[in-house]
Amino acid sequence: MTYTIEGTTGPWEIVVGLEVHAQVISQSKLFSGAATDFGAAPNTQVSFVDAAMPGMLPVLNAECVAQAVRTGLGLNAQINLHSRFDRKNYFYADLPQGYQISQFEFPIVGKGQVDIELADGSLRTIGVTRLHLEQDAGKSLHDQDPQRSFIDLNRSGVALMEIVSEPDIRSPEEAGAYLRKLRTVLRYLGTCDGNMDEGSMRADVNVSVRKHGEDFRTRCEVKNVNSVRFVMLAIEAEAKRQVQIYEDGGSIVQETRLFDPARNHTRSMRSKEDAHDYRYFPDPDLLPLELDAHWVESLKASLPELPDAKRARFISQYGLPAYDAGVLVAEQATAAFFETVARGRDARLAANWITGDFFAALNRTGRSIETTPVPAEALGALLDLMADATINGRIAKDVFEIMVDTGEAPGAIVDRLGLRQVTDTGAIDAAVDAVLAANPDKLAEYRGGKEKLFGFFVGQVMKAMAGKGNPALVNEAIKRRLT
Amino acid sequence: MNLCNLTIAAAQKSLRARAFSARELTSAHIDAVTRLNPSLNAFITVTEGAALAQADAADAALAAGQAGPLAGIPLAIKDLFCTKGVRTTAASRILDNFVPPYESTVTEKLLADGAVFLGKTNLDEFAMGSSNMTSAFGPVVNPWRRRDDPGAVLVPGGSSGGSAAAVAAGMAMGATGTDTGGSIRQPAAFCGVAGIKPTYGRCSRWGVVAFASSLDHPGPFARTVEDCAILLGSMSGFDARDSTSVDRPVPDFATACRRGVRGLRIGVPREYRADGMPPAIEALWQQGLGWLRDAGAEIVDVSLPHTKYGLATYYIVAPAEASSNLARYDGVRFGHREPGHDLNDLYERTRAAGFGEEVKRRILIGTYVLSAGYYDAYYLRAQKIRTLILRDFTEAFAHVDALLTPTAPSAAFAQGEKMDDPVAMYLNDVFTVPANMAGVPAMSVPAGLDASGLPLGLQVIGRPFDEETVFAVSQLIEDAAGFRGLAGAAA
Repeated sequence: MTYTIEGTTGPWEIVVGLEVHAQVISQSKLFSGAATDFGAAPNTQVSFVDAAMPGMLPVLNAECVAQAVRTGLGLNAQINLHSRFDRKNYFYADLPQGYQISQFEFPIVGKGQVDIELADGSLRTIGVTRLHLEQDAGKSLHDQDPQRSFIDLNRSGVALMEIVSEPDIRSPEEAGAYLRKLRTVLRYLGTCDGNMDEGSMRADVNVSVRKHGEDFRTRCEVKNVNSVRFVMLAIEAEAKRQVQIYEDGGSIVQETRLFDPARNHTRSMRSKEDAHDYRYFPDPDLLPLELDAHWVESLKASLPELPDAKRARFISQYGLPAYDAGVLVAEQATAAFFETVARGRDARLAANWITGDFFAALNRTGRSIETTPVPAEALGALLDLMADATINGRIAKDVFEIMVDTGEAPGAIVDRLGLRQVTDTGAIDAAVDAVLAANPDKLAEYRGGKEKLFGFFVGQVMKAMAGKGNPALVNEAIKRRLT
Repeated sequence: MNLCNLTIAAAQKSLRARAFSARELTSAHIDAVTRLNPSLNAFITVTEGAALAQADAADAALAAGQAGPLAGIPLAIKDLFCTKGVRTTAASRILDNFVPPYESTVTEKLLADGAVFLGKTNLDEFAMGSSNMTSAFGPVVNPWRRRDDPGAVLVPGGSSGGSAAAVAAGMAMGATGTDTGGSIRQPAAFCGVAGIKPTYGRCSRWGVVAFASSLDHPGPFARTVEDCAILLGSMSGFDARDSTSVDRPVPDFATACRRGVRGLRIGVPREYRADGMPPAIEALWQQGLGWLRDAGAEIVDVSLPHTKYGLATYYIVAPAEASSNLARYDGVRFGHREPGHDLNDLYERTRAAGFGEEVKRRILIGTYVLSAGYYDAYYLRAQKIRTLILRDFTEAFAHVDALLTPTAPSAAFAQGEKMDDPVAMYLNDVFTVPANMAGVPAMSVPAGLDASGLPLGLQVIGRPFDEETVFAVSQLIEDAAGFRGLAGAAA
């Protein structure tokens, strides 16, 4: 189903390309030894190089290069054994050098791709044009003082990967799916934590609209959008704005715009005429970057299993439905949690528990898979108690909630609260007799043909047994009495 | 004994023999600075107290037998090298209050070898100039005078004019300089001292205020070739903090001075025979070739066909890099700041007040040649020519071991001359710029006097990382010339 915007002149297609800035996970910055921890006190992670003191020189951090190569490999992209660092010159208070060291002409990673799946189950491939390494700028703080601006250089010089997509995206949904998939891959690779709210992943969104079959029209770039939802909203708002202008007889001016989530619209930041002339040229302080093919191969050999491969394996190895497999591989930790629970157990039941009660409990308690109150081993033990008929499924849900609250082991909870299910047929028969005796009118109706009351009797018996009756035996006992 | 006339080599021996103390040697030089600097303006900052403390430490080390090779040797440091706790200005208003919290690699190495730093020497602002007239701290005066026009105040050359003048006048035994297009060799020639620009990558640029990163070369000045070899040995070596530093062993340069030239092939690049070259310089060049031939070297004509593009190319590449390197002087984090009503205003006022005319001119040229639409025609083309210039040298060095040329197209000129025509000023570097473009080592050695009694230098250019041959050839010329320096000329 093609996404279009309905105008008065008919449907309009949208064309979107994304430039994602992903902060590289590394101990130190791209060209200095300063630390990169998020949230440190202002200007505490700044070397003389980061502050661009006179005579200071950049030295490339090999780990950042390895991270970029891993990312390129994870995106099935071409790794360029020869690349180069260029200076992008512009003045700003939080750009100490007066230039950003980036890769303009020869990026470290060339063409690659990201496969996405949409809600209707359809698959699309979004091309990646390139990935390059560059320095982040510092941060200007304008809200600390009525007269002055403050500058925090902690982020200055931190390594970023700029990942540029082809203009292959045709709907806000595809943009969202692309970003989520990219984030998943980066997290799997351990090359970027993908935290958009901490700014470690940001997107510039290029949007244009066109009539079906046309060439690309003029695009606008919406800068620095910092959540998946805002990217989707920004695309829609910007596309609608462009359609409106075209249909009013106007034309689109290529420019840089900002998205205002509160008003759900974009506004002009600077026009093409005001665009910076960045005066790119090769950074003379750095030699061209030459990678050894064997080193790239060794990085490739040590890549983790990536989400697409893992999902396919979950479907084939565990017999999971495609949707469940997709949910479980979205985060590496979730996938690992699942595999721990599923090992030697009913994998589909494990998947149901994780995507159902377990996720619900994480949501409710505000915990994450990393800080879960119920470790995978404990959830597995709970499944074992069901599998060997120690407890029934209904009791298991109660036990699970107690596990969430107290962190106790399921066996201990069952023992402490006496939740072991009753398989003593004498006790079950006695409970059935008591329920039937207490409900002569319902019994008469049932006998008169209202067979769905069977469930009522089961419920009453289970209630009488405090939920501990073995469901199969209870069913059997009732059936026996009623026939 | 005049302690300010000694060579470093001789002083090293005398200090070890306790003929005089490091404190005596340093005090003598501080006295010379006190006496001469008011008229010569070679130093921007004099660090008398620190120098005497370093001298005392050298005496203690000498007494304990633990002295480094440069223990007690008083040196002057070009004010482009960052020195920890000592103001470093680059001769610019924009850094007039800048005190680095770090020590450049080159000066750190000299200190580690026991050297004494007398202070920071004057230079053209940000090393941009060939006359030392562009310093925000006033021009340096060349200690030499024309015999026939003693009233004329001569420039020491540039940009390392303060260092060259200090060494020539006996205010320091040696000095550091930087050479981006001739800034060691041309002032060495003008002041009658020796100076070498080593191979690019030999001396770390870490902590040296950048002018044009791909062309900047730290190097030493001294009154003799051997003293330059001694200083260069201390200043050289791999530095992981400079990505363009080269990791290879540092030879014993001082020993190489005594190798002789027998059997060497010395190239004479025909393109260096510039029209209008003063006869004295042409004659000295032929004299130098004669000395080498007499000592057993073979003289070979060679061609460096792209030499004629050297200067034009240099004045694209160097300003381009400079325009970017100097962007950090914005008044935000350090250095001079002029308040403004917003950020752009602060930048404009700070840079307008902080930079001098020549620096502004080069920033403008550099910004222009890197601009969209001009990059290919200027910067990219210049880089291609640069590759061809390097190829010229590579091909020449397939046939010869070193090249001999004049260092500069004239002797020292008077203050104020050539100031109204930047291009005439730029022509000073016509013979020195190609070696920077190619990164090959080149040395200026004083070889004689012109008719006015002013010193002239010859330039010896060598293969990459073959400073040893450059020193051997230079030493031969020094010995043959019998050049006696300023003290000798005055005597």
